[in-house]
Amino acid sequence: MRTAKLLIASVLALGLGMGAASAAVGPKAPVQEWPHTGFFGTFDRAALQRGYQVYKEVCAACHAMKQIRFRNLEGIGLSAAEVAALAKEYETTDGPNDEGEMFKRPARAADRFPSPFPNELAARAANGGAYPLDLSLIAKNRAGGENYVYALLTGYRDNPPPGFVLGDGMYYNDWFAGHQIAMGPPLMADRVTYADGTPATVERMAKDVSTFLAWAASPHLEARNSLGVKVMLFLFILTGLLYATKRKVWRNIKH
Amino acid sequence: MAKYDYVPSPFMANSIVKWVDHRLPIFSMIDTQLIKYPAPRNLNYFWNFGSLAGVMLVIMILSGIFLAMNYNPSTAGAFDSVERIMRDVNYGWLIRYIHMNGASMFFIVVYIHMFRGLYYGSYKYPREILWWLGLLIFLAMMATAFMGYVLPWGQMSFWGATVITNLFSAFPIVGESIVLWLWGGFSVDNPTLNRFFALHYLLPFVIAGLVLLHLWALHVHGSNNPLGIDAKGPQDKIPFHPYYTAKDAFGLAVFLIFYGYFVFFSPYTLGHPDNWIPANPLVTPPHIVPEWYFLPFYAILRAVPDKLGGVLLMFGSIAILFLLPWLDTSRVRSARFRPVYKVFFWLFVVCCLALGWAGAMPAEGVPLFVGQVATIWYFAHFLVILPLLGWFERPLPLPASIAEPILGGGRAGVMAAGKPMEKA
Ligand code: HEC
Ligand code: HEM
Repeated sequence: MRTAKLLIASVLALGLGMGAASAAVGPKAPVQEWPHTGFFGTFDRAALQRGYQVYKEVCAACHAMKQIRFRNLEGIGLSAAEVAALAKEYETTDGPNDEGEMFKRPARAADRFPSPFPNELAARAANGGAYPLDLSLIAKNRAGGENYVYALLTGYRDNPPPGFVLGDGMYYNDWFAGHQIAMGPPLMADRVTYADGTPATVERMAKDVSTFLAWAASPHLEARNSLGVKVMLFLFILTGLLYATKRKVWRNIKH
Repeated sequence: MAKYDYVPSPFMANSIVKWVDHRLPIFSMIDTQLIKYPAPRNLNYFWNFGSLAGVMLVIMILSGIFLAMNYNPSTAGAFDSVERIMRDVNYGWLIRYIHMNGASMFFIVVYIHMFRGLYYGSYKYPREILWWLGLLIFLAMMATAFMGYVLPWGQMSFWGATVITNLFSAFPIVGESIVLWLWGGFSVDNPTLNRFFALHYLLPFVIAGLVLLHLWALHVHGSNNPLGIDAKGPQDKIPFHPYYTAKDAFGLAVFLIFYGYFVFFSPYTLGHPDNWIPANPLVTPPHIVPEWYFLPFYAILRAVPDKLGGVLLMFGSIAILFLLPWLDTSRVRSARFRPVYKVFFWLFVVCCLALGWAGAMPAEGVPLFVGQVATIWYFAHFLVILPLLGWFERPLPLPASIAEPILGGGRAGVMAAGKPMEKA
């Protein structure tokens, strides 16, 4: 009994310590409902494909996603043929060839998503000095992940609160640290026309693209969940058996 | 070790076993040190954490080797190679999450293991060298974890490495040279990453060697136990197998559930989001914080405004643990029989948690103040409270033997309160 109490106390103590370690900075984005969270979470395929469309037609003008290759799109439910056709829409630089020249060729499924700018300086030059960062891992490298992305995309205000001085070419956003962001509101109603006929409200597009970015950051989430559930089941049974074994082994030992 | 009648296991009679054992007594060693090894009969689950730490070491080495097969130790390639492991290597995400969360698990286990030692007085005679070896393991673990965190070359990798290596510049005269020497250049850069990788691969094997010494020292006098008294005879001990193998196996399974939860369902919780941003020497993150298991030491480091003072305090906070066997002047080991020490033990736990909390916060205002108070308390615990307690505390009567409170025998409280325990 005493041992149990001590153990519980230690675990609690450690838990407290860790809670402190992950304390966030800036306003905490409200948590949305996502089908991909929880032990049995899976991505909403339709939302992923709509989200990709939003990225492709809106965000990709400024933001690269270098960690993603076209073939990865099979993970959002596209067929290999669809992926190949999609890739072909883009041109990429390859080489050098036998003459030592770089050349252009249509992209293939194995190629990375092309970047809108050749390098960071070019990207900054085109965006008033601000850097539209790579979005491959945005759902992991911001506190709140996809909840933050959703909050950011829907958190613009036309008029900053009285007394707030907004810099030149800056926009007011409720969720951006410091509230001044150099990215103008990228979404407005009907900015894209969804192939599946879903009405393209700002919230819908924000939710879809956030889902897509969550997938891009953790493409193995579904494999992880389903393996995890099996491993846990196995461990629960193993633990039960080992407990029974221990009881049996110790039955004649007073301790 | 208490007298214990060794009866070899049946397999020792096998002729091949005998042939080998005559030339290399490895089977004897397994039989006497693992199977028939006499352990106190009253060990509780806190004695499980040593073997859990051993399991963690093996898991870390195995997962680490597979990561290293796909890792590229260069500033240009490190981040992308880790992403490639996560995305393209078969089950690479699993290997990486096992390793990443494994570091946290290793520290959780070792911290509990160490606090167990503090509570039950396991560092006292005759286990002082055992305790030192544990501390050397702890130091080697910290170095390994710190360098490992640099390898993915994210923002916290880079800035953590910059802040921590820069600490050495606080030392007068030689400081700057030490820093250049650590970096292998004029800033944290490719040479730094290369050497950190080499050392990160090496140190776990040093730890493995230290663990062998740790176990060797342990097996000279055997484990301490919750009563903190020495074993008196065979009735106090039971063979390690099957009793503690069965108990440890159950504990391991429970621990794996805890570990598995993080690996599969919450793999990023214990890390900092900024480390998923590629390292950028031009952009300093708003708050540079180390991994959670370093936070208490980070708080001590920042408790004084003077850099050198902070560095000395931080190293001192671990150095003082080496002196603990002599700073604690009480001859009674277990806190169970030390009513006042017990209170101070829990206050010390709270003190360490407060340090951890303060370490996670920006060093200003309330957190800074809490960090400073807790730092003073930390040192006072070892330098003032423990030495004095030995003199002023009246310990409760110790049982006559380990078996006595369990099996009865009516000799309760034979050893008068405060009477020196038999070997001390
Ligand atoms: C016209 C170019 C442009 C477009 C289109 C654009 N962005 Fe941005 N984005 C930027 C710039 C510039 C920044 C940097 C802002 C800053 O640092 O102030 C940025 C920053 C961001 C950030 C980071 C905020 C942070 O916490 O640092 C996110 C997330 C983001 N954009 C998502 C998107 C998404 C999703 C889309 C598509 C719906 C999109 N952006 C479309 C230019 C753009
Ligand atoms: C790689 C890390 C470590 C491993 C694998 C390890 C392993 C073990 C094992 C298997 C035992 C016996 C079982 C037990 O009593 O729990 C043990 C005992 C012990 N360890 Fe460790 N240990 C590690 C780190 C440490 C550290 C960091 C310390 C403290 C500084 C420490 C201090 C002790 C002490 C004092 C004992 C004897 C405890 C007793 O008998 O009451 N160990 N260790």
